[in-house]
Amino acid sequence: MKLMEYQGKDLFRRVGIPTPRGVYATTADEVRTYVAEHPGSWVLKSQVMMGGRGKAGGIKFADDAQQGETLARELIGKVLKSVQNPDGEEVKSLLVEEKVDIASEAYVSIAIDRAAKKPVVLVTAQGGMDVEEVAEHDPDAIKKYWIDPAEGYSPYIGRQLAFDAKLPEGYRKAFPAVLGALYELFMDYGANLVEINPLVLTNDGRVIASDAKVELDDNGLYKHPDVAQWNKQSPADADQAAAVAIGLGMSNYARFEDEPGLPPKTVGTIANGAGLGMGTMDAVKNAGGGAANFLDIGGGAQAELVKNSYKLVTSDDRVKAMFINIFGGITRGDQVAKGIVEALSGDDVRKVPLVVRLTGTNAKEGLAILAEAGFVPVETMDEGAARAVELAKGAQ
Amino acid sequence: MAIFLDKNSKVIVQGITGREGAFHTQRMLAYGTNIVGGVTPGKGGTTIESGQPVFNTVKDAVDATGATHSIIFVPPFAGADALWEAHAAGITLAVCITEGIPAHDMLRVVATTDGMRIIGGNCPGIISPGKSLVGIMPGHIFKEGNVGMISRSGTLTYEIVDGLTRAGFGQSTCVGIGGDPIIGTTFVDCLRAFASDPETQALVVAGEIGGSDEEDAAAFIKEHIPDKPVVGFIGGRSAPKGKRLGHAGAIISGNTGTPESKVKAFGEAGVPVADRPSDIPRLLAERLATATA
Repeated sequence: MKLMEYQGKDLFRRVGIPTPRGVYATTADEVRTYVAEHPGSWVLKSQVMMGGRGKAGGIKFADDAQQGETLARELIGKVLKSVQNPDGEEVKSLLVEEKVDIASEAYVSIAIDRAAKKPVVLVTAQGGMDVEEVAEHDPDAIKKYWIDPAEGYSPYIGRQLAFDAKLPEGYRKAFPAVLGALYELFMDYGANLVEINPLVLTNDGRVIASDAKVELDDNGLYKHPDVAQWNKQSPADADQAAAVAIGLGMSNYARFEDEPGLPPKTVGTIANGAGLGMGTMDAVKNAGGGAANFLDIGGGAQAELVKNSYKLVTSDDRVKAMFINIFGGITRGDQVAKGIVEALSGDDVRKVPLVVRLTGTNAKEGLAILAEAGFVPVETMDEGAARAVELAKGAQ
Repeated sequence: MAIFLDKNSKVIVQGITGREGAFHTQRMLAYGTNIVGGVTPGKGGTTIESGQPVFNTVKDAVDATGATHSIIFVPPFAGADALWEAHAAGITLAVCITEGIPAHDMLRVVATTDGMRIIGGNCPGIISPGKSLVGIMPGHIFKEGNVGMISRSGTLTYEIVDGLTRAGFGQSTCVGIGGDPIIGTTFVDCLRAFASDPETQALVVAGEIGGSDEEDAAAFIKEHIPDKPVVGFIGGRSAPKGKRLGHAGAIISGNTGTPESKVKAFGEAGVPVADRPSDIPRLLAERLATATA
């Protein structure tokens, strides 16, 4: 689960990382009221997930209440577009923050290093730009440190990194505490990534997290129900929302956009297990077609879930044929077959040509159910993919 | 011989009276696994229908039975606790079936369980065909033989193994290492064990997009077992970037985890990569032919 900046900063404050003064606002009136009550220079930051919002015009400066209101009206509802996000993203809210006097900008992040099985800290004195850019033109400027989860964090790690990365002297006192708090957030809230870019040193000597990028591990959200709620209020990802709505795991469904130079994505796919799901979409590609989606019905799927999965995949108008690929381990073939027959007996679904491959546990019973309903199942994954691609082309 | 698991391995089931634990205990017993008991707190002193004793704690189970292996069927929130309990009781190999354990719990667990091999979480387990099954795999598709298999996935493993068995390639041991970002045993850990198993004459490494485990495996093969015939497979090669596909670990982010990088690494190690699972038996036969020629 990716967090918006204002949500990330909420977590920062919980662990004691200093953030700029300000307010979160969803209307221009709120912005006017706040700025009127707190005279000064303010930054209006569009709250969006996409990168490159500054270049896209999503950040504005206001010196009084009237200007704040006008700019807020301009921003809220605007669709920001950037190189990273050509489709654009609508601005629904703003973060109004004090304009800080910047003396220096640093970068600090913690991520999971899968190979090392440890959290890895990245620090550079060159903040305020993409860390990938720094990695390209000046890789030695980025210092790394792998924290041993058995020992945890101790301030010497922050001191060492501050010296090694040559952070300006003004950072030295505050940095070990900021990194310690960031590690606490990383471990306690289960983050895949926490990033402060820039970590600002102000002219009056304060160290402040000017931006916040936080991505949480979905599996750890249950530990913080209030944070998990943020996702329900505004799911960042339509695919995740659709999956959860029918009782699938958050990452068990993904829809794929058409890509230039590749065959149109017209074949819907459903499989049991993530590996087989990926194998199934690969098989469609190998057969000269394009999988419109990935869908893993999981282990032990029941008929109702199969039916709802079918409905979800066919709700995509591009889908002209469907390939259901089941290798029964825990999942029982007869349950899947029942789900398919049920799904296609209702009037509330869009029926497309269907190819079913069913093998493994209770496959025989499942095949009998399908045969009785008039379907002709196929023997192998390759054969099924080829047949589905053919049917999708015929239906166009 | 086989790796990690043989006929005599004494196995306990953590969560033996739960729905999944009970179901798979019976399937493992039917396969011939030496299950000596199980653990469900509060049900100590009872036995399950097939006669195996239930204990309140892993320590009680180990003390009474001398078990060395454990298979864990507990909810995600209890996963880390179950692994620590197994470690404290002296279990040397724990298979964690549980899907959805927070990555940060696993970071803490792997850093603090020296001396215990963890397979998974979010994995189908391990099987040494004809000897023992500690997992949830459908035993009947496997066949005893000389091909070692390592995979990140469950059902895709079944797909590949089914093809191998049909083509006459039996298996020494198959390890499903799990689809999560932080897992106890990696491809390289398995390859190291297979390298010193004389019975394993060839290997199939079935990876998928995300992470760098396949690249590490390729580097190990190149350096340590260049003469052992290995065939690779990468699932999710048609996946676009940034989409998380079912497994929490299966995501291409930036330039890491891409199929191109994995295929290239395998190629440099002399490992042919099958485009489809059905190509694996043929590639394996070719590699074996050139290796013995």
